[in-house]
Amino acid sequence: MFLVVVRQLRRVLLTTLVAGLLGATLVRLSPGFGIDEREMDSRLNRESQSAARAEHTGERNIGAFYLRYLDNALHGDFGYSLALNRPVAEMIRERLPVTLVSLGYGAGFGMLAGIVLALATVSAQSVPLNLISSAMSGLCLSLPAAVIALFFLWTGASGRWAIALAVFPHVYRYSKNLLTEARRSAHVMAAEARGVRPARVLLAHITAPVLPQLAAVAGVAVSLAFGSCIPVEVLCDSPGIGQLAWKAALARDLPVLVTITALVAILSVAANSFADLALAPWRAAK
Amino acid sequence: MSIAKRIACTVVIGAGMLAALAGLLARNSYARQFREAIDARPSLQFPLGTDELGRDRFARLLWGTRVSLILAPAAALITTLLAALIGGSAGYLGGRWERLVLAATDLFLSLPWLFLLLAVRALLPLNTSPYASVFLTFLLLGCLGWANPARIVRSATCTLASSEFILQAKASGVAGLRLFWLQLAPNLRPVLMAQFWIAIPVFILSEANLALLGLGVSEPVPSWGGMLRELENYTAVLHNPAMLAPLAMLVAVVSGLQVLLGTEETSAC
Repeated sequence: MFLVVVRQLRRVLLTTLVAGLLGATLVRLSPGFGIDEREMDSRLNRESQSAARAEHTGERNIGAFYLRYLDNALHGDFGYSLALNRPVAEMIRERLPVTLVSLGYGAGFGMLAGIVLALATVSAQSVPLNLISSAMSGLCLSLPAAVIALFFLWTGASGRWAIALAVFPHVYRYSKNLLTEARRSAHVMAAEARGVRPARVLLAHITAPVLPQLAAVAGVAVSLAFGSCIPVEVLCDSPGIGQLAWKAALARDLPVLVTITALVAILSVAANSFADLALAPWRAAK
Repeated sequence: MSIAKRIACTVVIGAGMLAALAGLLARNSYARQFREAIDARPSLQFPLGTDELGRDRFARLLWGTRVSLILAPAAALITTLLAALIGGSAGYLGGRWERLVLAATDLFLSLPWLFLLLAVRALLPLNTSPYASVFLTFLLLGCLGWANPARIVRSATCTLASSEFILQAKASGVAGLRLFWLQLAPNLRPVLMAQFWIAIPVFILSEANLALLGLGVSEPVPSWGGMLRELENYTAVLHNPAMLAPLAMLVAVVSGLQVLLGTEETSAC
């Protein structure tokens, strides 16, 4: 168990370092990086302009730039947004709770709906139910998350449900395939032949063996929900980090954008690692 | 072939034909503005009405279909080639390269796709022309979508590399690139084809999401995603339901492709 925890922590740390490096590289390569506005101020003499330029000399070396970026990030300083004229950390602190609540609802209800519908479809073995649920998931899978968000905007419903609807079809199809495969196994047929009650067959013989794989979808659901939170927050005017990322992309505000991308990557890896850790005792017992 | 697959096949081929015949079927240019017919309802002259700039929506839909149906497969081809190169070499060479590729795919898969696209899209120059934006958008999609297919190709290559016919080929003295090119590559083709077809609807939807956020194909070049931006005006949609035509087209084609592929989530995405 200890080794599993260490492995997962190493994974999160590595992702943080690599995401930080990629972020720092993007900022370093962005157009206009290292140019100081003071260099164009005609009131300043040549020495002052040279001094202003010299202040950025250290940033031209990508290694040194990354180390300073990392050091600042460790101290909670993620840079300054020139487009929004505010510290990045301050904006993320304000907006992250909004997104996390939306994600909680979206990923949670999306997973719940997907798994419950898959269980119902597999246990009922009803052709109409199978057709309706497959058509529903197929339709949701064929709609861009932004269009789902628009529908919710039209009806005046909260954007959280749009995130749930974007997560639902992936969870449903994955769960249905798993449960259908488990249903076809020999021990399930034997249990049915011996007259075990259908509810017991479903819970103890079909669902229980695939529980770890079903739980593993939690990490993926978080990642999917993060992906759909940008269009949902933008179109539903929800002040979360998805909307902030969009504003930063339109304004080419790379410090904001890379900090958010790195943060989201870390949260996604942490969610996957948490799902793996939660299942570790079960896997060990097996 | 089941009825559903026949219908799906008809829809996809029909959309492909509309895209191919866009130049013949559309009476007007997609960029021409009819200032006397702004927001016009469907008529004989404009079968789907006009948009707020007075442009023929039917012409824009046909040309948008062409953009989406040509460039999404092109992006899927780039992704598949990258996946074949990265995943195939990782599975074939093994060792440190394989571990590095696996770590990179894990990292790529943990980054939410749209956040990554926004970050890279923001790096593009401000003076990108509309036509260049079309290619750049799909090129980005193609270059960033390699991770999942690469993992699948790597897995398939590992399985093939340990199969009996490869052992026999090695025992007969075939090795290196010759072994890869003559024995492995032809047997990887079905996996690569599957990844190619799976990527197409994913890229169509990604472009639609980007376009709805104003970061996709630039105006006046039409795409399905770009045309969906009209739907933000709810009252206008009620006034002219023909505005839903691009959405109907997109859903029909993406659903059709999914039915044809028999897409099943066999791994946790």
